Amino acid sequence: MEKKPVEALRLNEITKRFGELIANDAVSFSVSQGEVVALLGENGAGKTTLMNILFGQYTADSGTVSVFGQTLPPGNSRAALEAGVGMVHQHFTLADNLTVQENITLGVNPLFSASLGKAAARARIVELSERFQLSVLPEARVANLSVGERQRVEILKALYRDVRVLILDEPTAVLTPQETDDLFATLRQATANGLSIIFISHKLHEVMEIADRVVVLRHGKLTGGARTKDTDKHALAAMMMGTETTPPDIATTSPGKTLIYLQNVTTPDIGNAPGLKSVSLALRSAQIIGLAGVSGNGQTAMAELIAGMRIPSEGRIILRGETVAAWSPRTAVQSGIARIPEDRHKTGTISDFDLTENAILERYTSSTFSRNGWLNWRAARGFADEIIEKYDVRCPGADTTIRLLSGGNMQKLILGRVLEADPQIILANQPVRGLDIGAVNYVHGQLLAARDRGAAVLLISEDLDEIMALSDVIHVIADGRLSPGFERGSMSPAELGIWMAGQGFDEAVVHAT
Amino acid sequence: MKRWSMRLEPIANPTLGRRLMPPATALVATVTIASLLAMTAGANPFSVLGLILKGAFGSKFAILETLNRATPLIFTGLAVAVAFRAKFWNIGAEAQLYAGALVTVVFGTGLLPWPSIAILPVIMILAILAGAFLLLIPALLKTRFGVDEVVTTLLFNFIFLLFISMLLEGPLKDPMGMGWPKSARVLAEVRLPRIVEGLRLHWGFGIAIISAFVIWIIQTRSTLGYEMRAVGLNKEAAAFAGIPVNKVLVKTALLSGGLAALAGFSEVAGLKGSLTLDLSPGFGYTGIIVAMLALLNPLGVVIAALFVAGIFVGADSMSRAADVPTYLADIMLATALLLMVLAIMLTRFRVVRD
Repeated sequence: MEKKPVEALRLNEITKRFGELIANDAVSFSVSQGEVVALLGENGAGKTTLMNILFGQYTADSGTVSVFGQTLPPGNSRAALEAGVGMVHQHFTLADNLTVQENITLGVNPLFSASLGKAAARARIVELSERFQLSVLPEARVANLSVGERQRVEILKALYRDVRVLILDEPTAVLTPQETDDLFATLRQATANGLSIIFISHKLHEVMEIADRVVVLRHGKLTGGARTKDTDKHALAAMMMGTETTPPDIATTSPGKTLIYLQNVTTPDIGNAPGLKSVSLALRSAQIIGLAGVSGNGQTAMAELIAGMRIPSEGRIILRGETVAAWSPRTAVQSGIARIPEDRHKTGTISDFDLTENAILERYTSSTFSRNGWLNWRAARGFADEIIEKYDVRCPGADTTIRLLSGGNMQKLILGRVLEADPQIILANQPVRGLDIGAVNYVHGQLLAARDRGAAVLLISEDLDEIMALSDVIHVIADGRLSPGFERGSMSPAELGIWMAGQGFDEAVVHAT
Repeated sequence: MKRWSMRLEPIANPTLGRRLMPPATALVATVTIASLLAMTAGANPFSVLGLILKGAFGSKFAILETLNRATPLIFTGLAVAVAFRAKFWNIGAEAQLYAGALVTVVFGTGLLPWPSIAILPVIMILAILAGAFLLLIPALLKTRFGVDEVVTTLLFNFIFLLFISMLLEGPLKDPMGMGWPKSARVLAEVRLPRIVEGLRLHWGFGIAIISAFVIWIIQTRSTLGYEMRAVGLNKEAAAFAGIPVNKVLVKTALLSGGLAALAGFSEVAGLKGSLTLDLSPGFGYTGIIVAMLALLNPLGVVIAALFVAGIFVGADSMSRAADVPTYLADIMLATALLLMVLAIMLTRFRVVRD
């Protein structure tokens, strides 16, 4: 026997157009009180638009949003807030220079009032953080918090405002597995208290773990929905993609000669993150080296070193047997290094450039694209068209501003840009972060294909599953130090975890292979 | 209490109408505001506007006057447009203009006794180098030490004008100048010829138009233009891609300073013949308005310069005929700029009411 649950939220026939593009096409679904509904969909499927309409940041062309039976006025985020809708964005909206408490009460309590209300506010925050297992100190300055802690502050901020429907946009994208578990514990606590949650994610196993029900968006349309207990990951993936997807098969290859060798390289620290500490590493032809580690342990230094953004303060870079004298991004590119940067929006592309201009960004000085300082736009355009065709970049054309593309399509353009140069060395730094499964499989497939062609690949990722799936050899980086190389399948995640925590280093004198 | 607020929502693909309407409205609003001010000054707004138009474009003389006035503005507008495109904030076009003028009188008053065909190009190039050099200093301070170029270029204006003043009271002072702080006149060989004999329009205007085209071609077709735009839009991505950001900034500064200096060269060699402290009534600063109105487009700079020059020339002539002060021109420019900035924003965003 089942009691009838209270309907917390209903989206009714929401349609939103941006010019030609229909971002949401008559989307309807509802969320009951105390329920977690996962919203699944590829990049560009319309998830974010839908949530922005729900939260009143966009105005729908037609359709209504109602919360506990009350229809919200369109395009009014204040009304949405007052009705109890809260949203935790993928990119946090916290003021770094304020304390946790100030951030939480910002906009609710006056910031500079006498300390009168502050004690009460603090008591309430402490009470909430205990009840929902969101341990964070109200006096801590946000600038000093870890990513996981910041997210807790965001959630507390919503709870402090008495939300009844909480939207979480890709909340686990920035979290370690441990932090994700903590988040899920909090969310379970919250739903037990009657909160309704919309959980947006790409990660199917998380959706299966936390959600009661899943709704799937594809090309702006609602294409499916199911209770998680009645479905499985493959069925969900099929709904999301339109076809069944399979992860790439991985054949083993035998590595070839060393293409680049870092010899006892040390680099300066970058802010709070450590630099490399006397690291030796060989990247060999036809081999994927995975660099595992907790975020902020020297990955940035390693990536910047290989990308040419940084030079060793000690030690040498030996490229195909020769010590590198001058090292810059341009020499790196010219040495046949393909660089897939961590942040495709800020470093990988220039948002206001079109696809053509972005396609030639690294190689506009080559004789293919320019002569005597004059650009050959026809060749550039041809190159962009070729990438669009070959790498299946979905866009209206090469003259589209890249800002308008989804993350996956942006990444495909970057892939095309670097792989078309037929690189021998590939640096892939978090190449699939924030991408949907379709794009993830695509990117991984391309990296494996490059390896099979004989390229040396350095894969840097904070996602251990990704590292373990793709790498022929895994190194762990912890506090700027590099572990020995572990062959595929020789280490369990738990064993790698010990190295990631920095423990293995003290037990043996390490000479990386 | 009824609460309401408004907010901006980006427009993904603005239509042509969406792109043209706000600027057109801005222009109409500028004219309306000017009319209201003319009315408060007790004049008939229609006749005031008519007089401005007539004064700017109503006769052959008026048109030539407007073109002459537009010439230095095209140069300074280009200088600013080029620099701003790379997000190098050159506020010092005024100083670079005077650097060009200074070089013109230093080398043009007898030091190089050559015929026109030889001396004009040489002095022009020297003037460009002087302006480029003047902006090189803030550019190096920025790229080497991170000194904000807004501050350095702005302050250079005052330093350089005082330097000119010192020269005009001292070594450069014209002995025949009856005690006025002005330089000697440049040689006849150093005067820019007229484009059409008998019409009071010198070749400075021609050089300005050619410069606008050259800059446009550089920006759209050359690797340097591509680099400058990339650096302006996203320095981090540009550096990652291997674009030598600092070198590009220095090259941008050299180009910008050289263009501004051409304004000084053209004013001395084409119009005034000598250097005085009132050679430029703020052409360097007005160049910023011109560049902004042109949306930093080099060809747009020509149109914007003609518009601004037309307002100035027209307002001068209007104030002689009607009893309305010429300050109306300044107000019109200021409103035009403010409204245009707003209009440009509205071509990319729509206002949504909560």
